[in-house]
Amino acid sequence: MPRSAVVGAPSPRTRVRAMLVALAALWLALALLSGGLFLSPRNLVNLAVQASAVAVMACGMVLVITARQIDLSVGSVLGFTGMVIAALQAEDGLLAAPLPWPVALLAGLALATAIGAWHGAWVAYARLPSFVATLAGLLIFRGAAWLVSDGRTLAPLAEDYVRIGGGPSGTIAGVPLPVLVLVATALGVHVLATRTRFGRHVFAIGGSPRAAELAGIDVRGVTLRAFALSGALAGVAAVLTTARLGAGTNSMGMQAELAVIAAAVLGGTSLAGGSGSVAGAVLGALWMQSLENGMVLLDVTSALRQVIIGLVLLAAVAADARARKSAT
Amino acid sequence: MSAPALELAGVTVRFGGVTAVDSVDLSIGAGEVVALVGHNGAGKTTLVELLSGALARDAGEIHVNGRAAALRSPRDAQLAGLATLHQHLALADNLDVVANVFLGHELRARSGLLDERAMEDEARALLERLAPGFAALREPVSQLSGGQRQLVAIARALRLHAKVLLLDEPTAALGPGERGRVVELVARLAAEQLAILLVSHDLETALAVAHRVAVMRRGRLVAVRSREELDAASLSALIVG
Repeated sequence: MPRSAVVGAPSPRTRVRAMLVALAALWLALALLSGGLFLSPRNLVNLAVQASAVAVMACGMVLVITARQIDLSVGSVLGFTGMVIAALQAEDGLLAAPLPWPVALLAGLALATAIGAWHGAWVAYARLPSFVATLAGLLIFRGAAWLVSDGRTLAPLAEDYVRIGGGPSGTIAGVPLPVLVLVATALGVHVLATRTRFGRHVFAIGGSPRAAELAGIDVRGVTLRAFALSGALAGVAAVLTTARLGAGTNSMGMQAELAVIAAAVLGGTSLAGGSGSVAGAVLGALWMQSLENGMVLLDVTSALRQVIIGLVLLAAVAADARARKSAT
Repeated sequence: MSAPALELAGVTVRFGGVTAVDSVDLSIGAGEVVALVGHNGAGKTTLVELLSGALARDAGEIHVNGRAAALRSPRDAQLAGLATLHQHLALADNLDVVANVFLGHELRARSGLLDERAMEDEARALLERLAPGFAALREPVSQLSGGQRQLVAIARALRLHAKVLLLDEPTAALGPGERGRVVELVARLAAEQLAILLVSHDLETALAVAHRVAVMRRGRLVAVRSREELDAASLSALIVG
């Protein structure tokens, strides 16, 4: 059969398999280097909890990038909505009478979704490049997070709320709650991406915006909803982060957008749009967190860790680009 | 006698001071193939864009099966029963054949999720009608030949119950072997009572398949002749004017 000149992407299933192999190789190496410490149950639980916030956001980023957009705001939206959730339930927060934590949580999720939709509106209806619209969001909501409490750390948070962060009392059948939240999110977004009209239209827009438009797809509406989903998941990550810290702090989510985008790209989501996998992105987040966690165990300094993670990302994406080319 | 499948009356499109399509009258019956020919800039493409809903007209009436059609958007044109196959087929290359046939009109099961099996069955039946033995239902369309991609686009049009098919330069992107297949396919579609407007530079194909040939020059429809009255030489003469 004749083949077109379009650069082919390896199928999502191949990609997920490759990511599993890469993860197993990394774990084996870190286990050997750390004398088995890396694979201890306690460290693996830690690792999973640490990875969950980034992985949850990466699920949303897959759809945004697949639709040929980018969302640079997720780290700041996490920070801002996390501060709001903390401020609504803490004793010395925004309100004279603090709200019950479930109300604060739902308000935070609604706020994060609205912020995502707001970014989406600038992109879809005002036709701003998403790089610019969400870069503005990155600045706005990082500053807004500080303004919520004038830079103070807000603590303590409700005892039941803090369980969501996966401490010793925050598990179901031994599995930490953040991991369960991640699994539910990943399954939900996977179904959304592969089994619904919305997901199909996201992929169609990423493959050919013109074809999608001519087929009568509501390109603007779909784009807006992809950003709203990304915002909502930054809200979920804000809940996981504040609950784990037991506080709202100013540094929450700082530079998280980079880890989230890197996880999606490592997991096989193409920055050219039209192809991506939720499972791949979750594995990408887990892979990066494993590297970070392993290097901490090995006493690698934070500066050197950054250098190494940057180099590894570069190598992984370069290898991916070669694989895509040879797949044609 | 029922109303023609497509009827244009006094259709006019202006760009600033230029009249790109100048009061064109044309009607096509169900099962009829009309070829539209002319030089570049004669107004063919503008007319196609207008009928696909991508461009507004400044004057004139358009009826499809006797019903007035506004054609304010591509969706509007689809709903009116007009399907356009653009020269560069508007397919999502990253999606498979089934997904492209149903693009924008995906079937859902009672759960609200996509009903892949129903879509695959219907796509298979449609393509079997157009090209017996078409097997690549789950291939990404980027892997298909030009002729196969055309089949996918036509299957999509048939699924939307198109009454009128606009083929914009259907042979331009094809190899010589595939041209003959387009002629066959157009004849088969006409036999299914579709009205077909074939826009082409390729006079050989036009003469091979059309019942009538319409000639445009500088925005005007200067001649509409039945196939029997024409040969390659007289048609070329009409185009040059």
